[in-house]
Amino acid sequence: MSRIQTVFQRLQADGRKALIPFVTAGFPEPALTLPLMRALVDGGADVIELGVPFSDPMADGPTIQRASERALEQGMSLRKVLDTVRAFRAGNAETPVVLMGYANPIEAMGVGNFVAAASEAGVDGVLVVDYPPEECTGFTRAAKAAGLDPIFLLAPTSTEQRFADVAAAGSGYIYYVSLKGVTGSGRLDIDEVARRIPQIRAAVGLPVGVGFGIRDAESARRIGAVADAVVIGSRIIEEIEQAPAGEAVARVHAFMRSIRAALDAIEPATGVKS
Amino acid sequence: MEFDKQMADMPYQFPDASGHFGPHGGVFVAETLMPALAELREAYAACQADPTFMAEFEYELKHYVGRPSPIYHAKRWSETLGGAQIYLKREDLNHTGAHKVNNCIGQALLARRMGKQRVIAETGAGQHGVATATIAARYGMECVVYMGSEDVKRQAANVYRMKLLGATVVPVESGSKTLKDALNEAMRDWVTNVADTFYIIGTVAGPHPYPLLVRDFQTVIGKECLVQMPEMAGRQPDYVIACVGGGSNAIGIFHPYIGAEGVRLVGVEAAGDGLETGRHAAPLTTDAPVGVLHGNRTYLMQDEDGQIIETHSISAGLDYPGVGPEHAWLKDSKRAEYVAATDAEALQAFHDLCRYEGIIPALESSHALAYAAKLAPTLPRDQILLVNLSGRGDKDMHTVAERSGIQF
Repeated sequence: MSRIQTVFQRLQADGRKALIPFVTAGFPEPALTLPLMRALVDGGADVIELGVPFSDPMADGPTIQRASERALEQGMSLRKVLDTVRAFRAGNAETPVVLMGYANPIEAMGVGNFVAAASEAGVDGVLVVDYPPEECTGFTRAAKAAGLDPIFLLAPTSTEQRFADVAAAGSGYIYYVSLKGVTGSGRLDIDEVARRIPQIRAAVGLPVGVGFGIRDAESARRIGAVADAVVIGSRIIEEIEQAPAGEAVARVHAFMRSIRAALDAIEPATGVKS
Repeated sequence: MEFDKQMADMPYQFPDASGHFGPHGGVFVAETLMPALAELREAYAACQADPTFMAEFEYELKHYVGRPSPIYHAKRWSETLGGAQIYLKREDLNHTGAHKVNNCIGQALLARRMGKQRVIAETGAGQHGVATATIAARYGMECVVYMGSEDVKRQAANVYRMKLLGATVVPVESGSKTLKDALNEAMRDWVTNVADTFYIIGTVAGPHPYPLLVRDFQTVIGKECLVQMPEMAGRQPDYVIACVGGGSNAIGIFHPYIGAEGVRLVGVEAAGDGLETGRHAAPLTTDAPVGVLHGNRTYLMQDEDGQIIETHSISAGLDYPGVGPEHAWLKDSKRAEYVAATDAEALQAFHDLCRYEGIIPALESSHALAYAAKLAPTLPRDQILLVNLSGRGDKDMHTVAERSGIQF
């Protein structure tokens, strides 16, 4: 059983919701990525999404764009992201790490080389934003063969046919994009999310995480009441940006604690029932 | 008619149903856009099958754009070069001054059929932005144009032109602040406003079906040439030459000639300061690695880590790190050849056309002219080169004057 499956089964048994924070690898500086990942775990992360910076992040809003640019300016690369995961794994055998990024850096390394290196480094899942299932059958096969979960997005615009395509290709969990827009936008429609999650969960048979637009304990609590996992990205990058020098790790830790407390306050009765 | 028959018999059927040109093309976008692209494919298929749509498109091309554009025999320039005869397809004479408008009309009509009242576009030099703003004014649509902040500075006249036409111009500050970043920002707008917004992509790149529909709207260029060349020169040309950035004017003139044996198709990329300097925008000529950007797989200028690198060209319209997937396929299949012209060579051709023919070409088109000027003297006088003069050079006055040390 993969680390991701283990985590979701344990949470379901406990009636708890997964908290999945996102940080851009190499932001605000490469040396802080490992301490930040450890602070995320201490602060209550169940899975870590680690952003692989790309020069042209089409699906990201200004916050994550800025973080990617800063990381690239400091020499961050896919190879260095894998080195960071390897270092994280040396001290943590349980917390799944999912790489989130764009296709081109993976294709530049070569899909075969990438899945082998990622698996060896201790990566658990890969979400490639611009790889819809029909364009990456070779990648999906190679990832699964190497023990990596290919994770796909679904969106408010997705049809039932798309649910089926994603169900056939994906494993680990589904990342439901909770709004029309880029990362960090503020147009979250929680009623719409509440209506869609049961449909998706029934169609794909995987846990459903919700992200894009979750900004605080209140929105996390409301999303957590209907989803299996809450993904928070841009808001964490903002905490890091706004932290005085030397305090980014502590700020992120405190923010995570507040979200964790909100999720743990959800009554188990409203939780996952499949 | 002979060519029509060859077209009907030929095996060239690209893209395939899923938008691929061999290994290139495809639909590499975030999930949010997948249903929108499916909707666009369906709407376009319905329009293709609808004779009233094509009739409306042709009416606009004739009465609003001024088509057909003429072919002109550049006799004095050909004589001076001392070899093959150069003919120019005069897309510079279109309303708005370039070939871009053909595609904008097609897509705006499609947007109208789909009930979308808001159109967005990316632009580099500003020509596609001006064409989109023009058509939006013509059809009473809201128009937002994304333009890299570097390009906003370089192309102030076109920015004002778009504003005159009622468009909102949004300067893009991210990345290299040029065309590719404008495209990223337009995609982000589209993801956010996908229900009521139509994204008018200006070139034969992007996710399927854009490379297909932009090509279809631009092939009017080559189709006219098939009829005009026998009238003008008694036969079809030996070479068809066009500049390639994303590649829409080149596909427009190449595609109807793909089945015409004996007609060589030559795409001219921007060699910038010279291919050996690395400061250029010539992914095909330099055999750049194949990768994924802006929704399609194609040859891409990138570093070893797969990050897209900054390109360089005197012509903002060619300053793009990728190229339309159909050109990638025409290169692989060897049906077309790709070469590059430097900034200096393009400028020389720009000045020569001004002085020998009284035509001020766009700097983009000047790259195609530069290759024609290199090729013509090596060929006998009875050979024919057909060059797509894709746009006029009024927009480039500032750039050319600056290079000559002249201040307005």
